[in-house]
Amino acid sequence: MAKRVMTVDDSKTMRDLVAFTLREAGFEVSEAEDGKKALAALQAAPVDVVITDLNMPNMDGVTLIRSLRTLPAFRSTPILMLTTEFDAAKKAEGKSAGATGWLVKPFDPKKLVDVVNRVLG
Amino acid sequence: MSASPLDQLRATYFEECAELLDSAYAQLNALHEGEGDGETIHALFRAIHSIKGGGGVFGFARIVALAHAMETLLDLMRDGAVPSDPARVMLVLRGADILADLLGAERSNGTVPGGVEDGLVADLAEALDGHGGPQAEAAPTDGPRTEAGWRIRFAPQPALYRNANDPLLLVRDLRRLGPVEVVADLSRLPALDAMDPEGAYCAWTFELTAAATLAQVEEVFEFVVDDCDMSIEPLGGAEVAAIVEADVPAEATAQAQAPARAEMAAQSVRVDVAKVDRLVNLVGELVINQSMLVQMGSTLPPEVCPGLIAGLETLSQHLRELQEGVMAIRTQPVKSVFGRMPRLVRELSAQLGKDIRLIVTGEGTEIDKTVVEQLADPLTHLLRNALDHGIETPEQRVAVGKPPQGTVLLSAEQRSGRIVIVLADDGRGIDRARVLARAKERGLVAPDASMTDSEIDELIFLPGFSTAAAVSSVSGRGVGMDVVRRNIQGLGGRIAIESVTGQGSRFILSLPLTLAVMDGLVVSVGEETYVVPITSIVESLRPRRADIHPLVGGGEVLAIRGAYIPLLKLGRHFGMHGAIDDPARGIVVIVETDSAGQLGVVVDELVGQQQIVVKSLESNYGRIGGVSGATILGNGRVALILDVAGLSGPGERLQRRTAPQAIALQ
Repeated sequence: MAKRVMTVDDSKTMRDLVAFTLREAGFEVSEAEDGKKALAALQAAPVDVVITDLNMPNMDGVTLIRSLRTLPAFRSTPILMLTTEFDAAKKAEGKSAGATGWLVKPFDPKKLVDVVNRVLG
Repeated sequence: MSASPLDQLRATYFEECAELLDSAYAQLNALHEGEGDGETIHALFRAIHSIKGGGGVFGFARIVALAHAMETLLDLMRDGAVPSDPARVMLVLRGADILADLLGAERSNGTVPGGVEDGLVADLAEALDGHGGPQAEAAPTDGPRTEAGWRIRFAPQPALYRNANDPLLLVRDLRRLGPVEVVADLSRLPALDAMDPEGAYCAWTFELTAAATLAQVEEVFEFVVDDCDMSIEPLGGAEVAAIVEADVPAEATAQAQAPARAEMAAQSVRVDVAKVDRLVNLVGELVINQSMLVQMGSTLPPEVCPGLIAGLETLSQHLRELQEGVMAIRTQPVKSVFGRMPRLVRELSAQLGKDIRLIVTGEGTEIDKTVVEQLADPLTHLLRNALDHGIETPEQRVAVGKPPQGTVLLSAEQRSGRIVIVLADDGRGIDRARVLARAKERGLVAPDASMTDSEIDELIFLPGFSTAAAVSSVSGRGVGMDVVRRNIQGLGGRIAIESVTGQGSRFILSLPLTLAVMDGLVVSVGEETYVVPITSIVESLRPRRADIHPLVGGGEVLAIRGAYIPLLKLGRHFGMHGAIDDPARGIVVIVETDSAGQLGVVVDELVGQQQIVVKSLESNYGRIGGVSGATILGNGRVALILDVAGLSGPGERLQRRTAPQAIALQ
């Protein structure tokens, strides 16, 4: 069965890009436009990998990651964050909240697939 | 539809950027007005951040570089490290402008001259006040490489597991580089009853026996280096190439932050306009179909099918609702146009040395997307004129007893099926003596003409008319009011002016809610049927013969309530046979033309009023003078829609000696 990935980003361009790339690679992709919606959707239907932006309205990525890690179903689900090249502080914050790994924007589509595969068991 | 996925992504990106820029402008305006709070800068930051993120994907280097510089400054403003003062807000505003240009160029495959943003990027960097942005991470280097391979000692900390990393996956990744031998170190494993299930007790030594660079090995451990104790050394006793010490894991200190903002973005679906237009069209067909049914139903005696009339009535009602619903999809708040005005006022008033306050109301009023888009130019022009010619300098204002600050009011509201936009200023008003003198000087008006105030005001809409004594760089030569009027007319709208000398001017724009459907009066002329847009009709009447006066040189006028209205015989105008030629035997429909005042259109009879679906003639056939489009009537016949603005009576020139349009025609 295809692995399920959720991409969380307030930018539709980014969501489309992630979704397009991963669908091409055979993943099943769902989308959410902010942390709050992602959390609600994920509680209803867990996925195998979550990819989230950090800067988002309503609920930012760090809060989303922290919230997901409190849910038993997401204790061991890989969560990747999308960061920008200089966001070292943000990256550390995301990590301490429970992010498994990260991907630097803008990314090479191949790299995205690689990283998702790397964190998937 | 067959666009490649990448093209679609690009299209999404540009669309999204347009929205992001709009919201950025709104936030910048709020900041500039001193109304912004922390969330305003957050939202602004996110907008620029998203533009940059997408730009990187498509390789728009200049957009990324500029957005990055803006974002860096906004980041400091957000944290309060530098103040969000007007100067900095202005810098970001300029950045947004250039971003818009660059995006526009990429979208249309055009180019923006190189380096236009360089100065701004430097200014943005300057505005950081030496804080420097967050440091970019050092570019990764491949590092040393060994042929023999690497030994990796790896002891995870609990955080590694908490973050859903798995040593097994690391081994799997490492194996991609070559053969790996794994030795587990279980010496720290406690007795079962002493074991914390979330603890980390195992350690491993991996020996990768393959040629690989340090960077390749490090990449495998990229996500975990902070959450473990590890060292990497080359095999074969060579010197230690790199030791990565574990950082003390930072305990999660960050408090729950960024309280959920109450303001929720409206839920929306992005739909291709073509799809909406298809719906609009289909509903239009339904409307035609329905009026056919109604017409057929009306010929049946009621007792044949008693429920039919009621059923058709309900159908009509629902159809009208459906139609309104579908039309509403195409509508957009005028905010997207109004939102650009505050900064125009700000910049222009600074440039002109005037103090001007802009008050905007009714931004939420919705109007057809096409209308919104085409409203920007005329509105900008009117506003420029108001600022440049209307509002006086502070000194002049004080001298005539006005407050030094001028006020411009921009409002929109829906009024009986139309949108009325008013742009009012409290400036000097139209200088009628000067306008008249100017018109005479330019030969637009007869030297001895006497005109009413409103007729004089109308003169400014004449092509090529200019009153600005000194041509200013702001509003140009004053040409363009004719263009403004034409633009508004092109949208099916009207523009009127009211002005009081010394107190200001008001421009009133009245626009249809939608371009696709209108209420029309169906009239018959000879064998033909025409539709007159209801909105342009003043009244219809059967004239008395005594009120019809022939004119020397041809044509007739109708005397009505003390005024003379030129008559246009539609049958003769379109060269039809069998039409009634004697106005007293027909019906006169008095319409308001935009350029030539009222005009009496002579038709045979009125058939009825109905909602019609406008079909473009131009796109299916060609442009015809006096006709704005066509529609299909209930009986299935095609009827032409009169372009009232484009009609003019033969007697008009003689009768309205001083009317602006008539004079201009000569």
